[in-house]
Amino acid sequence: MSAQIVFDRLFGSSHHQVTVDGHYVQGKAKVGGTEVVVIGTWDKAAVDGALALRIADAILTVVTEDEGRNKRPIVFIADTQGQALSRHEELLGLNGYFAHIARCVDLARRQGHRTVTVVHGEAVSGGFLSFGLLADHVFALPEAQVRVMDLRAMARVTKIPLEKLETLAKESPVFAPGAENYWRMGALEAIWSETDAWPRCLQEALSEAAGNDVRAERGLQRGGRLLAATVAERIGGA
Amino acid sequence: MSGAIMNKTIKRRISYYEAEARQRVAGLVDEGSFTEFCPPDQRLTSPHLARLDAPLAFDDGVVVGRARLGGKPVFIAAQEGQFNGGSVGEVHGAKIRGLLLRAVQEKPAAVLLLVDSGGVRLHEANAGLIAISEIMRAVLAVRAVGVPVYALVGGSCGAFGGMGIVTRLCDRVLMSEEGRLGLSGPEVIETVKGVDEFDSRDRALVWRVTGGKERCALGEADRLVDDDMAAFREAVAALLLQSVAVSGESLADLRAAQARLSARAEQFAEARDGLEIWRARGFAEPKGVPMLTADEFNRQLSAKAQEEVPA
Repeated sequence: MSAQIVFDRLFGSSHHQVTVDGHYVQGKAKVGGTEVVVIGTWDKAAVDGALALRIADAILTVVTEDEGRNKRPIVFIADTQGQALSRHEELLGLNGYFAHIARCVDLARRQGHRTVTVVHGEAVSGGFLSFGLLADHVFALPEAQVRVMDLRAMARVTKIPLEKLETLAKESPVFAPGAENYWRMGALEAIWSETDAWPRCLQEALSEAAGNDVRAERGLQRGGRLLAATVAERIGGA
Repeated sequence: MSGAIMNKTIKRRISYYEAEARQRVAGLVDEGSFTEFCPPDQRLTSPHLARLDAPLAFDDGVVVGRARLGGKPVFIAAQEGQFNGGSVGEVHGAKIRGLLLRAVQEKPAAVLLLVDSGGVRLHEANAGLIAISEIMRAVLAVRAVGVPVYALVGGSCGAFGGMGIVTRLCDRVLMSEEGRLGLSGPEVIETVKGVDEFDSRDRALVWRVTGGKERCALGEADRLVDDDMAAFREAVAALLLQSVAVSGESLADLRAAQARLSARAEQFAEARDGLEIWRARGFAEPKGVPMLTADEFNRQLSAKAQEEVPA
């Protein structure tokens, strides 16, 4: 699906000015009559320092513009193959650039901006961690992929043969790529279907106040992560 | 030199890099003050590793608890780099998150994260990725109630993947030269992009790109400490004395960070080696930087930084 078709379906064709510039998504839209700011990545972006700075700057701009007035919600669009893999990016501290985005998302949350992520295409590893996974609510469009790492690289790091990993990927939900597994483990609130009215889904998500991080409890309820909530509770709840 | 003096000298220096997680905790905090939450006798092991017939650890590779340091109450999490590269799985991550949530309630003087991790445990990759996201939110929640979080990086696995991001969410980062901090490890970059992009077997290069002296010169770490347990302890104790409660970062703080990161990207647009960073930070002989002690390095770095302050 082209960007325009996706955004038309997500917000309604006459209700948004969202555009893609390279791998960067930015614009405004109306959801149920409320103005929202749209920020994100597109076309399996390999997120590098420059893209990270654009995302962070867009978040800081919203926070600045809304000081002392209604806090507009932020809709993140996540489509990323992960972090850019390069010696230059590592030298400059790409992890620090990603942490900076996360701090900006946290600032927006503390200032009262509601946040929703919509995963389109792929959401992989570092590129997903930096902003998409940090929103109050995270949803996936049909056919969205969620995963951690290229299996070849994984084979090298774990020293487990590639063939074994490929077999494992087919049978283990805790290991295998797939939005469905992330839903079961609580990281995705829902996977929207082709027949869902996406603007209404989005409106419903934005009507819920931001709360605490409930992903571990949700993973327990859905049977996908049985220990995350109970172990954290044993240590944190005492 | 007499035998007595030699013994004293040897006793004084214990390598942080070579120590195990429990030894690091014992070496940092006041003697006998550590109480572990969910210790190994509770057998919190990974069901996912068990299914793969992989070795298990009764603490799933992380030690969490409370202690005192210089008399002040601190919470502490120490990752065991020798168990699956300190990687974060479901249980491992939940232990760290639980500690952070407890810190929000009990408000210790600080939380210390002794990071020694390659990031997500790939055997249980999905659970690990989500766990790291939960740790990220929890670190920010701790900071938001005014409890500082300090990261210590000096172990053999460094701080990579999602734990490299978590490290940079902390108030302060203390590093030894031996410690490494980054996102993608050199092996991953080499596997995907080729040996010309990053030769992971060139250890000197790896350290010039991700090691403590590069990170401190860049501004990604706050202070370089020697690979010595006592040096780490002193550095943390100093932070505890100067810490003032700040409830989360402000818009102005993050605007300033944005400006710093933009300037860095511009200044080092073509850089691929730490030598370029050290030269730009005023080290006249960048090749000699790996030979400097932590004290000499910190002194030269701060002297140069003061020269740059406009009159």
